[in-house]
Formats: sequence, structure tokens, C-alpha cells
Amino acid sequence: MDSEFEPSIVGFFCNWCTSTAADLAGTTRLEYPPNIRPIRVMCSGMVDPVYILRALLEGADAVILGGCEPGDCHYVSGNYKARRRMTALKTVLDTLGLENDRVWVRWIGASEAPKFARTMNEITAEIKKKGPSPLKECWST
Amino acid sequence: MATDAIIEVSEGKLIEGINNLFGELLKKGLVDALLIPHELPSGANVVQTLITSPEKIKSINPLAPVLPINSARIVSAMTKVASSAKKIGVVLRPCELRALIELVKLKQASLENLVLIGMDCFGTYSVCDYGKFAKEGPSPTQRFLDNAKSGKDDPLLREACQICEYSVPINADLTIGLIGMDLNKGFLLHAATKEGERILEGLGVKAGSIQGRQEAIDKLVAQRIKRRDEVFARTIEQTHGLDKLLPVFAPCINCHNCRDACPICYCKECFFDSPTFELEADKYLGRASKRGALRMPTDTLFFHLTRLNHMGVSCVGCGLCQEACPNDVPVFDIFRLVGSRLQKVFDYVPGRSLEEELPLTTFKANELEEVGH
Repeated sequence: MDSEFEPSIVGFFCNWCTSTAADLAGTTRLEYPPNIRPIRVMCSGMVDPVYILRALLEGADAVILGGCEPGDCHYVSGNYKARRRMTALKTVLDTLGLENDRVWVRWIGASEAPKFARTMNEITAEIKKKGPSPLKECWST
Repeated sequence: MATDAIIEVSEGKLIEGINNLFGELLKKGLVDALLIPHELPSGANVVQTLITSPEKIKSINPLAPVLPINSARIVSAMTKVASSAKKIGVVLRPCELRALIELVKLKQASLENLVLIGMDCFGTYSVCDYGKFAKEGPSPTQRFLDNAKSGKDDPLLREACQICEYSVPINADLTIGLIGMDLNKGFLLHAATKEGERILEGLGVKAGSIQGRQEAIDKLVAQRIKRRDEVFARTIEQTHGLDKLLPVFAPCINCHNCRDACPICYCKECFFDSPTFELEADKYLGRASKRGALRMPTDTLFFHLTRLNHMGVSCVGCGLCQEACPNDVPVFDIFRLVGSRLQKVFDYVPGRSLEEELPLTTFKANELEEVGH
């Protein structure tokens, strides 16, 4: 694949865990690629599939949803519900032959800065390998 | 207590027999009102009607093979604000009953003081076909009965009906059973709840049982499932992948009729009617300039994908989205296929049980671990 391809990856990170991990990664000077466009949300459980679909249809090459580890949700069960919603979203995309591997879900706790940096490196590398989303140039959706 | 009764009718008088039964329900005060399909004077359509007077029973036609709208919507409209203290018998097809159960779970309808009367359903014609057959004759109801008696599915039934495996009502208090019955001689009345038994008792009908009904149901269901799977295979073939999906949605004009006809899409303000989509011209230009062009009206695929996500798990497959599409986008095929996949993932059957929680409002701690780690 074109080595110059720099993917745009939208990240929805929960306030209490994954966003905090992102901050910690920054303050401890762990490096992760600038391809990630983080959006802080109060809980992974508030991310309706519309946000993710919109990002993909508007040309994001991938979307990653980050929440607290199962069992650790600040609102008790938001991430469990997010997991069901993302399962539904991935099922819809898969059934229609749209690439559901451009939607990632990861549980990254507030103290897991290294996991945060590692995951962001991983998704960026994977999507670089995969290439641009076919929806990117698509004006006729 | 009897739960099954055979209501005998004289040769070829099934319609009269069924109508007579509903008349009795009103006359004997077993229900105070009926919501029941009623022939319009022109004969060109049959619509749900709320009947309080036994006089008006004369031209009801609950057998008419037509489904102008999913009556779960009507029951929702009638019971959402407050249910009546009076008993209302609502006569519904299986897909309407299943949609109603979903709407109750979505807190959009109440079953209080309703008597759910389910009709075995062989399928329905489109409203247009129904009107056409009514004009040409023989009557669509007769045509449908002849087909039902011969055990063959009419190829002119709506596709949704041809692939529907829910011909027998679930969750009805009282079921009017037609499948596996000798329709020249009578029909089955089956009570599944205390409420249903109360009515059987009130009617004073004799207990009876029939042979061969289950076999006939199994045979019909097997036939429908086979056809359903053929439609699924065809739909995947025709829609799988962005290159195929875009042409499929090309004729969509964003009228949102499919949503308006859907019994499950209940939101008072749909996201797609929200101010999110009220943009100043420069925002449109901004979106256009990213790719050099922007399809107008915008967000066609976005609309359908979102609707699949929001209501797919509860899709009962009534197919009225398809009837509502002015441009023949195969919305039903896509929604039924995606819905069935979603329902399989969550082991959920819409309308199966009031106790089963809606999949997207609940969770298990140990599940779906492959989705996130």
C-alpha cells in the first residue's frame, strides 16, 4: 500500500478511563501517532452508532471506541451496553459487506497509558496496511 | 376449562361464521368494543375500524388479505396516553401482534384492558393488488380462501408474507385458527390465557380438538423458511459490499416513508428530522468541498444504516417499509436480512415474549468478549 497514506482515525474515549489514559500517556511522554482524532465523551455507553456511522461516512478511515474495562464503568454498566450496541453496529456493517474491521472497541483503564499508546499505534499501523476507506471519496452516499 | 373449541359453519360460510362470532362478543358484552378490519363501502380496501355497536359488524372482514398499515401503530396511538377502563378486543395479524409486544416494551403501548385476538395469517396482498382484484373479481377474500384451501401460496402475496414464518399468532389471548382446518366446515378458537378462557366460557362454545393442525403449521413454516432463505441468499448476492449497496440505494429520495410505515420506528422526533440536519448553506458547502460534490438531499445511506441499528433487532418483518417506498428500493429485503442476523446474535425474537428484555437495553457481564478487549 501507498506508504504515504496517513489514515484519519476518530477516537471516542470515555471521560473516566480511556481519556484519562490518553492524558497520562501524554504526561508520561509515551508516543502515539497523530492520526488519532480524540473526542472525549462522558461514557462509551453514550456513543450511539450514528456517531460512528457519521464519522465513517464523512471519510474517517477507522473509528475506535475506548471505554473502561468491563466491570469498571463509572456509570456501572455503560460499557456493557456499548458492547452490545457495537456488536449490533458491526453485525449491520458485516451483513451489508461494509468493512466492520474499521470499527474498533477497546477497554483501556485510567492508569493504562502504555496500553493506550500501544493500541493507538496498533490501529494506525493496521489501517495503514488496510488502506483508505472506500467511503472516503464517495460523494454519492 | 376448555382452551380449544371448534366453531362449525355451514358449507362455504366461513366469513359469516367468523363475523357472527365477533358479533356475539359484542352482543354478550364480552368486549365493549372491537378494533377489527372492516370493508370500506367501495370494496377497494379493508381498514381497521373501532366498533362499539353490534349493528356495524355486518361488513367487517378480518379475513381480508390486506394490511394497509401495521395496526400495532393504531393500538399504540389508542393506549399510549391512557388505556380505557372498558375492554377492547383488538383483532390483529401475527406481525401486528408481535410489533405491539415490541411497542409495549418500548413503552409506546399498553395491553391493559385489551383482549388480544390473533388471526392465523396466510399472507396479504399489496393495497394496490387488493383494490385491483376487488374490481376484477372474484373477491380477494375468496381468492385468498381458495388458495388457503388448496394449500398453495399465492405468488401475488406480498414478498414479506411469502417469506414469513409467523403465520400463527404469538401472545394472543384468543386465536382464530385457520391453518390445518377444513375451512368449509369451521375454524378453531384457541384460548391461550385466562382472558381467552373467560371469553370461550362466555360464548358458551363446546370444547373440541383437532387433528393435524400442528403438522399443517409445520409444513407451512418449513415452506416459508425455505423461501425466506432463498430471498436472503439473493439479497446478499445483490447488496453485499459498497459497490453493490450504492446502486441499491441510488433511487432513494430520502422521503423517509419506510420509517413512517414502520411499526417499530416510534420516536416522536427522529434524529433525521432533528436540527442536526438543519444547516446553514456554508456548512453544506463545507461538506461538499471535502469531496468536490455532495449528494442532495444528504445522508441517504446514513439514514438507512442508522435505522437498521436503531430498530433492526425489533424488526417483525411486516414489510410495510417496502409498500411505502415510492421507488422500489428493496428496503424490506435488506431490513429482514439484517434484522434476522441481529436477532440471531442476541438470540432474540421480536414479539416472542413480554418478559424478554430488548437486547440493546440490557447486557450480560460475560458475553461478546470478541468485540472489545
